[in-house]
Amino acid sequence: MIEGISIYEILALTSILFFIGVYGFITRKNLISILISVELILNASVVNFVVINKYLYPDMLQGVYFSLFIIAVAAAETALAVSIIINLYRQISSVEVKDTETMKY
Amino acid sequence: MDILSLFITIPIITVLALVFTKGLKKARLVAMVGSVIQLGMAINLVFAYFKEKAVDDAIMVFTRDVVWYEKFNIHYSIGVDGVSVALLLLTAIVVLAGVFISWKMNDLPKEFFIALIVLSIGVYGFFISIDLFTLFVFFEIAVIPMYLLIGIWGTGPKEYSAMKLTLMLMGASAILLVGILGIYFNSNADGGALTFNILEIAQVNIPFEAQKIFFPLVFIGFAVISALFPFHTWSPDGHSSAPTAVSMLHAGVLMKLGGYGIFRVAMYLLPEGTLHWSWFFIILATIGVIYGAFSAIKQTDLKYINAYSSVSHLGMVLFALLMLNKTAWNGAILQSLSHGFMTALFFALIGMIYGRTNTRDIYKLGGLLKVIPFISVIYVIVGLASLGLPGLSGFVAEMNIFVGAFQHEDMFYRVSTIIVVSAIVVTAVYILRAAGIMLMGPVKNEAYLDLPKVTWYEKTGILLLLIPIVGMGVAPLWLSDMIMESLQPFIQGVL
Amino acid sequence: MNFSYTILIPLIPLTVFLLLGIFNKKIKPAVSGYIGVFGLLASATISFYTAYQYFFVSAKVDGVYQTFVEKTVWMNFTETLHIDMGILIDPISVMMLLVVSTVSLMVHIYSRGYMKGDEGYTKFFAFLSLFTFSMYGLVLATNLFQIYIFWELVGVSSYLLIGYYYTKPSAVAAAKKAFIVTRFADLGFLIGILIMSYYTGTFDFETLNNPEGSAILNWASTSFMGLSAITWALILIFIGGAGKSAMLPFHIWLPDAMEGPTPVSALIHAATMVVAGIYLVARLFPMFYFVENGFALNIVAYVGAISALFAAIIAITQTDIKRVLAFSTMSQLGYMMLALGVSGYDGHHGVGYMASMFHLFTHAMFKALLFLGAGSVIHAVHSNYLKDMGGLRKYMPITNITFLIAALAIAGIPPFAGFFSKDEILVAAYEHNKLIYYIGVFVAGLTAFYIFRIYFGIFWGKDKEYEHKPKESPLSMTFPLLFLALMSIIGGFVPFSEFVTPDKSGFEAHLNYPLAAIAVGVGLIGIILAWVFYKKENSLADTFANAFGPFYKWASDKFYFDEIYLFVAKKILFKRVSAPIAWFDKKVVDGTMEGIGNKTVLISKKIKGMQSGKVQDYAFAFISGVVVLAIVFIYIWTN
Repeated sequence: MIEGISIYEILALTSILFFIGVYGFITRKNLISILISVELILNASVVNFVVINKYLYPDMLQGVYFSLFIIAVAAAETALAVSIIINLYRQISSVEVKDTETMKY
Repeated sequence: MDILSLFITIPIITVLALVFTKGLKKARLVAMVGSVIQLGMAINLVFAYFKEKAVDDAIMVFTRDVVWYEKFNIHYSIGVDGVSVALLLLTAIVVLAGVFISWKMNDLPKEFFIALIVLSIGVYGFFISIDLFTLFVFFEIAVIPMYLLIGIWGTGPKEYSAMKLTLMLMGASAILLVGILGIYFNSNADGGALTFNILEIAQVNIPFEAQKIFFPLVFIGFAVISALFPFHTWSPDGHSSAPTAVSMLHAGVLMKLGGYGIFRVAMYLLPEGTLHWSWFFIILATIGVIYGAFSAIKQTDLKYINAYSSVSHLGMVLFALLMLNKTAWNGAILQSLSHGFMTALFFALIGMIYGRTNTRDIYKLGGLLKVIPFISVIYVIVGLASLGLPGLSGFVAEMNIFVGAFQHEDMFYRVSTIIVVSAIVVTAVYILRAAGIMLMGPVKNEAYLDLPKVTWYEKTGILLLLIPIVGMGVAPLWLSDMIMESLQPFIQGVL
Repeated sequence: MNFSYTILIPLIPLTVFLLLGIFNKKIKPAVSGYIGVFGLLASATISFYTAYQYFFVSAKVDGVYQTFVEKTVWMNFTETLHIDMGILIDPISVMMLLVVSTVSLMVHIYSRGYMKGDEGYTKFFAFLSLFTFSMYGLVLATNLFQIYIFWELVGVSSYLLIGYYYTKPSAVAAAKKAFIVTRFADLGFLIGILIMSYYTGTFDFETLNNPEGSAILNWASTSFMGLSAITWALILIFIGGAGKSAMLPFHIWLPDAMEGPTPVSALIHAATMVVAGIYLVARLFPMFYFVENGFALNIVAYVGAISALFAAIIAITQTDIKRVLAFSTMSQLGYMMLALGVSGYDGHHGVGYMASMFHLFTHAMFKALLFLGAGSVIHAVHSNYLKDMGGLRKYMPITNITFLIAALAIAGIPPFAGFFSKDEILVAAYEHNKLIYYIGVFVAGLTAFYIFRIYFGIFWGKDKEYEHKPKESPLSMTFPLLFLALMSIIGGFVPFSEFVTPDKSGFEAHLNYPLAAIAVGVGLIGIILAWVFYKKENSLADTFANAFGPFYKWASDKFYFDEIYLFVAKKILFKRVSAPIAWFDKKVVDGTMEGIGNKTVLISKKIKGMQSGKVQDYAFAFISGVVVLAIVFIYIWTN
């Protein structure tokens, strides 16, 4: 609970963070940037979890726990994604989305 | 097992037997035996029908009804009258002839015969069904193997033709299905349950508004397979790419499903819609008759000539059906039969000529009468049948159509009748043109001087088809009376 | 009296046809010739017996020849309308039986010599039998539809026989032309039958022809474009007859039909089939006469007269002897039509009808003789052209004499057969219509001229250089010549007016001496002119031809009728109708269908882009969807 700052302001912040992440995910051409955008989305949700826990149900801890889970999963996911990207880079010397299009077939 | 269900079971057994055969020799033997049994049954059915008709005065005899899917009141419901008996006989003969003509089908013989027999199941089922849903199912069974038969065993641009044919016929089926469902959902107009049964629906007065909408749908749905102008374009390409036996079966039998369906479903169940719309379809049919004939004059490929000639002849069938009287209808059915035999024989002969010379271009052929006399003489005879020479089947059918059509005093009918009648001259032109260029004159190609003689199985196939042509032409009375009698309740239903 | 045995007359040739047709390869040529001849001999014997029975023994009741009909239903159209097959015995059908039997028998005998060694010998006899069967059936027909059926069958026999030498392109073309032109005329016939049957409710000749019957009495009940519907029907039926009988303007097939073997020309295109049109009009004569006061009959008369004149003029200019004879046939057929056209109905007024049938009878004999004689000549010199012939009288005495007899007969010189029949025709024309009479007399002169032109050209004049020395034909060919020559001499003395009249009661005919004298005089002038021009080779004929200038050219090009037809068929129908329709079919109709298919593929290609495989695109779609849905839901909830 932070004095002077209501839940709405924080939720607005996380929403902005979330949509920045979505925007980045849709528009970025570089796989790394996409990954970073995904991280932004995840972080937005993590903050949401914590804030909602703290503001609405102060005597409970589930939200905080879940945020920890998400951070763990996100770390694993990032590791996986980065390893794929590195492998991809070794194959085609590029991490641009348009160069990976052939995989769709 | 009742006498009609056998018509479906025997081909199914044949197909099953074919699955376990290996090689051309066994496959064709099995297919032949199955078709011979089928033909025997068809002939037997004619006699049985006369016997049954003497004691049973119902519209349809040998009826049988098994509930298939109760919720929607779908039945496996079968029965025959004189018209279907005649068409079943036609089918049996053409299928058997087709098997003989494919005697040397070296390419995937087993699969070929299976597809052929499956196709015939659809046709047999169609002719005996009196339940709209079953009828539609069999219609689809008859249409779909065509895709494989043309796509796999065809010649020339076969994938294109197979696709075109199947798509157009499928499109028509879709329209038809809408029409059939329309009839179904109006079949309780007088109260009672919804039903698919033709005989029951015929007793119901479907509201005029519904008839007006659904008649054209059903009519066009069926007419596409009868090559109604302007929906005929699948026919020349399809026929020219199809293997011989398939062309025979398709032009000989499958195209008859259209006329039969129109007569049995569209006109019988939607009489007011018929009267409302007939003028429009008369125009299309009349155009089709004369248009097909003129198009045939210009063609140089034998199969195209014959395909356009089918457009013309089947246009006459539709025209006659639309004339809505007994004589014309009788003519339509007779024309269906006659055209079935004629065109099947035509395609068989074209297949034989093509098999020997590797060309179907009439300008490359010449003087064939000298080198393959048997085939050529039969070609001339069928040609004469096609242009309506008395003593052969075409004449009988055409005269019924003309006399029937002339019973209308209205100027519109008179004019269209006279246009249709004048097609006999154009028919003579394209038949004699093709015969003159291809069969007569000097032999154009040295290589043709030594063509293989006609073989026994080809002869058998030819004779199977030729005998009915001559038989119908010389003694039409029993057949024409049998059909005429069956038409009585239908014509009363319409008028 | 029972005439049902006459059914055998057509059935015997039919059997012979089937026998020879099916076992074509297995029968030796010599045997097949005998089968053909003896089959026909049997038919002919029965025909003669029938004629004897009919005319002399039993058929006359109260001075009127009775009609015998025996028939069975062949096919039902409606409850009242049905096609019957049967036999109808009345004076003209019996007379036709005689003509067909005699000529056909002679031609069969003749063909055994003429066709000797031909590879299609058996086939030839099979076709001849088919033709004879069809012709008998036509003659004996009891109703309009039966006559139409056999009408088509004789047409197809004619097609097969003209195209007998099928490796020759000109023969094939001629056969096709003959069939299609007559078919075109038959279209008229068929529509005529349809109209007739619709308004009278019957096909039966007996019902139709009954002067007190409803068909004739009620002709005025319906009208179409100022004429009675029945009159239209009769005109259309006459068009059918005109096609078969090579009347103007349907005559173009007949000269080309000469491509067939000569015996065929003699049988089909001179004596029997081509008179079917005359026979048809004669068959329906009461209808033609009574309906609308003979309006249709007038058309018959004028068409006949013009055809006779037209053909006679062309005949003068032709150099192929068979073509001369073909145009001569056409001209004589016109004569017969003309005679029918000017005839009355009862008693002595029926002289035109009687004369027409009489002329049909005598013409069959002498024209068949002319053709067979020409065939004998062609057989000897292997050419059809006058320029290759000359001086043949020394080599072929029998042919010469018989040809001369036939020529005198057709020129109308007494006492040969043609004189009597032609005289009766002119009498009838004189009484009815002077214009037609003058045309008739003029044609008589032309006839004498052109026939003696070829006679002198063939048998007199200088010898040509023949590769093989021409020699007289064998007995099998000369016997028919002699027999027909005999018939051409005595045929005219048959008292036809007692046997064949429209009201079937017979009358006494007398020669009209002034008219006969004029006709004979004109004929003699024609012969003398021919003698002057062509007896010895001289340039007189050419000078004369030049004097006529373009007219001669027109005539020798047959007034360009062929070209007009060819223009219509090739340029208009083929190029301007058929080709555009084929194009229209390919491009427009098929194009539309194809277009629908192609458009579907195109749309599918467009839509396919949405499934790009890019996660980002999907995510965008997903999120846009969520956003849109969210907005929609919020909008709904807030309202």
